[in-house]
Amino acid sequence: MDSRDSILSKLKKHQRVNNVLPPLVVPPEEPLPLAEKFTSILTSIGGSAVNVKHWNEIAAHLTSKIGVSERLINLIPELDSLTLQAYGKDPHLLENVKMAVIRGHFGVAENGAVWITSEQMGDRALPFICEQLALVISEKDIVATMYDAYERIGTQSYELGTFIAGPSKTADIEQSLVLGAHGPKSMTVFLLASA
Amino acid sequence: MNETEAKTSNRDHANRAEVFNRDESRVNWHDETLWFIRSKRDKAVHKLQEWELLREAASKIKLNVLDNLYVYLQEFERHAAANGVTIHWAADANEHNRIVHRIIKDAGINQIVKSKSMLTEECHLNEYLHSQGIEVTDTDLGERIVQLASEAPSHIVLPCIHWKKEEIGELFHTHLGTPKGNSDPQFLTAAARTHLRQHFMSSRLAITGVNFAVAETGEIVVCTNEGNADLGVQLADVHIACMGIEKIIPKRKHLGIFLRLLTRSATGQPITTYSTHFRKARPGQQMHIVLVDNGRSDRLGSDDFRNALKCIRCGACMNTCPVYRRSGGHSYHYAIAGPIGSILAPGLDMKQYADLPFASTLCGSCTHVCPVKIDIHDQLYKWRQVLVKDGHVATGKKAGIGIMDVVLSHPRIYRFAGKIGRWMMNNFPVAVNNKLNPWYKQREMPAAPRESFHDWYKKRKKN
Repeated sequence: MDSRDSILSKLKKHQRVNNVLPPLVVPPEEPLPLAEKFTSILTSIGGSAVNVKHWNEIAAHLTSKIGVSERLINLIPELDSLTLQAYGKDPHLLENVKMAVIRGHFGVAENGAVWITSEQMGDRALPFICEQLALVISEKDIVATMYDAYERIGTQSYELGTFIAGPSKTADIEQSLVLGAHGPKSMTVFLLASA
Repeated sequence: MNETEAKTSNRDHANRAEVFNRDESRVNWHDETLWFIRSKRDKAVHKLQEWELLREAASKIKLNVLDNLYVYLQEFERHAAANGVTIHWAADANEHNRIVHRIIKDAGINQIVKSKSMLTEECHLNEYLHSQGIEVTDTDLGERIVQLASEAPSHIVLPCIHWKKEEIGELFHTHLGTPKGNSDPQFLTAAARTHLRQHFMSSRLAITGVNFAVAETGEIVVCTNEGNADLGVQLADVHIACMGIEKIIPKRKHLGIFLRLLTRSATGQPITTYSTHFRKARPGQQMHIVLVDNGRSDRLGSDDFRNALKCIRCGACMNTCPVYRRSGGHSYHYAIAGPIGSILAPGLDMKQYADLPFASTLCGSCTHVCPVKIDIHDQLYKWRQVLVKDGHVATGKKAGIGIMDVVLSHPRIYRFAGKIGRWMMNNFPVAVNNKLNPWYKQREMPAAPRESFHDWYKKRKKN
């Protein structure tokens, strides 16, 4: 008998029927406007949120943050004043990316996270290897809690999905918070006003 | 193993704690740091009205998982396989290590990166791979620090919580060539970033742990603040994720409960920076998941102890434990320290870890903060009974328990013993305030009262 069978046969022996799955916990309604809550939480965990009315405001904001010779990869067609840079198949070549601009699906007010999936990332390494991460979501695409987040994700069939909440960070040295542990040193979320 | 290590490996929790307690100011610092994190947890928890409902739901989901692991694991396997993931089953730590090594060897690789995984600590994977000539780089900053120092993590969430920044500065000076005397956390973290980036760039294989594995979809979720798991995996040709079989949850939407509980309990954060759901490998990449039993299926057969398998490894029970905070994680001589480690370890080896269930005051604070409602302090107490019954307790302690049994079950003897005790403490304090009395270590003995409660009560009744 191989390990799979021996493990499963033991588990079968210990199978029980006592405990049924409980209902999910529906959180109480969030009193604050969700964009306001999202901004305040994201700021408290080292990220920043910027309210914008038009795409061109985003482009202007970003170009002011990055030198002309620095590498920027923009994956959002609407931001046409920023060059849509090509990248090859090897993720190692993304190491010098100063800034990545990526569209997110939605934000979560209770923790400042943005949900993004692999088809938005270009290369999956990009959001984790770039030095500054800029994400764009619609202001109306903010849910209150993780309960709502999974209601929204439902049974969608992504290949890789991630909640990103703020810049990469560590407090392993005497609990001193340092931003930029391995990945992005900053995370900016643009909240695009609803048309 | 050098001589001091050989000596300490024979020591139990009390002996090791005694060594840790020699430096009082350091103990106070350790204690306060962990209490600070416990306080952050409280603040985060109190912001959610529904906290207790979340704990209750999480507990019930995990109980359901334990009841039906047979079904859920096969469901998970089926879905993961359909996603193109290769599933491996390991009955014990050795088999786990051999499987991981074989995958590494088949890929023709000899240096790898690894993000945090308590399971691989439990299985001593690093030592095994090292003995096979594989260079493993732990990429979590805290884990890298203890790895450079040839130590094990002392806490499951905060691996180097026992290290001072000056010592880390010294360690980095030796290993990474940072300037001597520089102990600024910002500077040291930047140095580690540069150092570890080279390893990320050159390693073609990444090992990660698993926080949650979803039966319904075959995806696994890995949570980090540093992004080291993600960076490692996305720059590698091969991803191996190692998990204990109890990490399963039935449905994706259950993550909405567990991700709300995990980091609030751990550090008081609302969520980790990265909560990545790995469902399919990147194009051209291999993805393997190793499902490890290592004593878990046996434990499921124990009514008293099976619930310990609900644990989601948040570390809240350690941060709140008055014994952990004042004895340090290494005193527990097991991969998982603190109250939860003390009920998990004896399940693996009763003899080796017989001391751990006694490293507790049974105050119950661990049970109170546990996000999945494990009855930790009850299990500590039950383990003590099992250990004494099976003869795994030192003769001195056993004799003491025997005497207490007689004293406490005979009121007359109890009253007489109390009288003698009070008289001795008042007239010959040196009889208890000496090195032979283990209760005198690091403590001042209180003044003994003149009379017992029983005598006082009798007198009061007369008046």
